[in-house]
Amino acid sequence: MLDVQSLSMRFGGLLAVDQVSLEVQEHEIVSIIGPNGAGKTTVFNCMSGFYKPTGGKILFEGQAVQGKPDHKISRLGMVRTFQHVRLFNQMTVVENLLVAQHRHLNTNLIAGLMKTPNYRDREQKSLDRAAYWLDRVGLMDLANREAGNLAYGQQRRLEIARCMVTEPKLLMLDEPAAGLNPAETKDLNQLIVSLKEDYNVSVVLIEHDMSLVMDISDRINVINQGRPLACGTPDEIRQNDDVIKAYLGEA
Amino acid sequence: MAAQNLKHAFFCAVITLIISYPILGFNLEAQGINVTLTGAGTSTIVMVLLAAVVVFLFQLFRESVMATLKSIPRPLPQTHKEPVAENKRAKIESRVLTAIIVLALFWPFFVSRGSVDLATLALIYIMLALGLNVVVGLAGLLDLGYVAFYAVGAYTFALLSEYFGISFWMSLPLGALLAALFGLVLGFPVLRLRGDYLAIVTLGFGEIIRILLNNWTSLTGGPNGIGGIPEPTLFGMEFGRHVKEEGNSSFHETFGIAYSGEDKVIFLYLISLVLAVFTALVIRRFMRMPVGRAWEALREDEIAARSLGLSRTSVKLTAFTIGAFFAGFAGTVFASKQGFISPESFVFLESAIILAIVVLGGMGSQLGVILAAIAVTILPELAREFSEYRMLIFGAAMVLMMVWRPQGLMPMRRIHIELKKQE
Amino acid sequence: MQDLLYFSQQLINGLTIGSAYALIAIGYTMVYGIIGMINFAHGEIYMIGAYTALIAITGLATLGIAWLPVILIVALVCAMIVSSAMGWAVERVAYRPVRGRHRLIPLISAIGMSIFLQNYVHLAQGSRNIGFPALIDGGFQFGPEGAFEMSLSYMQITVFVTTLVCMAVLSLFISRSRTGRACRAVSQDLGMANLLGIDTNRIISATFVIGAALAAVAGLLLGMYYGSIDPLFGFIAGLKAFTAAVLGGIGSIPGAMLGGLILGVSESMTSGYLSGEYKDVVSFGLLILILLFKPTGLLGKPEVEKI
Repeated sequence: MLDVQSLSMRFGGLLAVDQVSLEVQEHEIVSIIGPNGAGKTTVFNCMSGFYKPTGGKILFEGQAVQGKPDHKISRLGMVRTFQHVRLFNQMTVVENLLVAQHRHLNTNLIAGLMKTPNYRDREQKSLDRAAYWLDRVGLMDLANREAGNLAYGQQRRLEIARCMVTEPKLLMLDEPAAGLNPAETKDLNQLIVSLKEDYNVSVVLIEHDMSLVMDISDRINVINQGRPLACGTPDEIRQNDDVIKAYLGEA
Repeated sequence: MAAQNLKHAFFCAVITLIISYPILGFNLEAQGINVTLTGAGTSTIVMVLLAAVVVFLFQLFRESVMATLKSIPRPLPQTHKEPVAENKRAKIESRVLTAIIVLALFWPFFVSRGSVDLATLALIYIMLALGLNVVVGLAGLLDLGYVAFYAVGAYTFALLSEYFGISFWMSLPLGALLAALFGLVLGFPVLRLRGDYLAIVTLGFGEIIRILLNNWTSLTGGPNGIGGIPEPTLFGMEFGRHVKEEGNSSFHETFGIAYSGEDKVIFLYLISLVLAVFTALVIRRFMRMPVGRAWEALREDEIAARSLGLSRTSVKLTAFTIGAFFAGFAGTVFASKQGFISPESFVFLESAIILAIVVLGGMGSQLGVILAAIAVTILPELAREFSEYRMLIFGAAMVLMMVWRPQGLMPMRRIHIELKKQE
Repeated sequence: MQDLLYFSQQLINGLTIGSAYALIAIGYTMVYGIIGMINFAHGEIYMIGAYTALIAITGLATLGIAWLPVILIVALVCAMIVSSAMGWAVERVAYRPVRGRHRLIPLISAIGMSIFLQNYVHLAQGSRNIGFPALIDGGFQFGPEGAFEMSLSYMQITVFVTTLVCMAVLSLFISRSRTGRACRAVSQDLGMANLLGIDTNRIISATFVIGAALAAVAGLLLGMYYGSIDPLFGFIAGLKAFTAAVLGGIGSIPGAMLGGLILGVSESMTSGYLSGEYKDVVSFGLLILILLFKPTGLLGKPEVEKI
């Protein structure tokens, strides 16, 4: 469903991403790994429309999306999280989830002022969807807290729930396990697998936690210094010499 | 450490002297083309020295002073606790609001004309501040040219009545819509700018509109302004002693009561009250609608909001346009109240006052903004001897608020949303 | 020939005003380069410089000192000291406590400071404008008798030369001195500079002080050039200088100079060929156009947004 072909991104003289390709099938978890500064997040930024790539193609369900504005890409069903959690801190947890459903709501101003039946109906549906996902990630009791006051692990889960209420087809997670303790990482692991199994969402994952990556990925792409290094199943990657060299250095 | 503190405190005291003594201690006086210098009175000099001593002592004992200040309980604790149950709160709120509105309806019949006039002005500021609150407080767009939309509303009414004889009631929506249109057209190109650039650009727009009004003499009368703007009528009844417009009747004759100049003032006050309540209610609805949440989301984190499919331009534009709409509203009422308008009324200072109201009241908080608007219009009148210090105090208050209490005197309260568990 | 003389006259007037704008613009550009905020109160600091200079000049005249170089130097030094102290204090009181908070907060604090300072001078010195003695008279005249004569006054030459000297000293300071190097490091990466042991608070203060001192120089020069000052005199000039800074590319010191000159010339051309009333419209219009189409200005570096 997602096909990234020889993507390149240049900042002035710096070629941050060079000819990276990536393919995600439906019902699949694909990971991107690589040392710090390898350009993983830049790939994400290009895919989500935050940067305009300087070369290559990004096809989502056969449609070219490279260079489209980010909010349009998101509306097609490709939604992302951020390496450093980005919540709407002064808004409550529920409000965070309602904002995310903006395009499912009746945003006609007059309809809202008049509280037309259609408006109420859609508002109620999005509240129900929010309630469902809050329950799913275990934040139901905190629904009316300000998002900025949640613990770090809760913020991470809220960010994923916020993506899920948009009913995406492809979820892009940027280091979702960063800063989590082992127990929380385990829960996250289960959550991501369940997203794929129960909600039929494909996942692209950037992650440093190797146990997580190896456990749940269907395929892994390795990037080093902006260039693709290897691609394959977890087992293939584990045995790939180039990858071992890149990670361990040439000792 | 103590020596370091002493040195720093001494340095700060010297700085205080340098920045205050030359400006306060000497007075420049123009006499014809010559300028003379006179020393200020002893009291000023003593004040300056006193200020330096206070700064010295404060810096010297900074730690302990700050610790004492912290230990004093805050008068308005920040509402981080779980809000009161929604239905209970709503009940109390609606009762209090009804009581206030009833009081506001009958109050003008028992007080002087001057007070009613002042209250009308306060209501105009409430409308302006509520509108700007949408732009600055909710959407996080610092608009320093807000007064331009106020001017558009006022001039629309003035010009329509002068050239086409259109009445207040027709002009009210037209002025507001035209102001909104201005907001839309000006907003469209500038809203992708970053926050601080946006502030400067809107400031520039505000100034450009004022300069145009000042120099387009053939249309706007330039600095002389436009006079003879009619008052609102009540179903075709005028409030003047004599009927000006053909086809209208006179209020006091229709009801067979003696003519009183106060009727007109009270009528205008009541109109402003109705419009201010309308403004507050409409914006309150907006805040609970998807559009209101989108404004706040964009203020909180633009990148995240965009990644969730919110279009930056259209969300910001709605905020900007709605803000402009209510400024146009207020402008029409203002023109009608004054009967005369000129570019003098729409200077940057006015934008700054409205901004100060929003900041003092608490960005995003409607109740806070309303109370601040009342305080800011009425306090200088109550303490006339201080009125020349008004802007000085506003400026200082804006800085102090940002340093100590950026959420304002009455911070915005989150809406509590009840959820049903889904299976 | 007449047309050419008229044009050159506008050009000279524009370059004079423009170079003074550039001096004020330095303050905006340096502060922006280092902490990424618009120092809204900078125009007021310039105005306070002008007032201090006038107080010093009048004071010396009262004492009976009439030797021009002494008057100028004393006025300049007084203005620079008071403005610098003001710049330091403003940063300390209004900006340092809110540094790093949500973008709107320092900006509103700055606007509050600007309003405060305007009214501070207004209350102390009255709101009427006060004549500023020209001190430097005379100049060169070009062109035929009886027709349009182009003039280049000594005052204009002074403004221009002083600006150039200040710019040269500033460039040397930034590139050679220890503080200057630290300034550049802080503007590249404040957090990193902090880790490397640079006292960033001190450097930020220094930036405000330098900017304020240059604004004070501009205050004295433009006060003499315009012939009168009032408490609102800093507001518009500050806005113009900010425009100049953005035009040249905010954060860039040569950009401020270039931006100032372009702005000054375009303003004086508008006054000369259209109407003086619209010169503000032209400069604000210019500002809006630049921000819309080239927000990095002529010499600024593009900013890469980071997540």
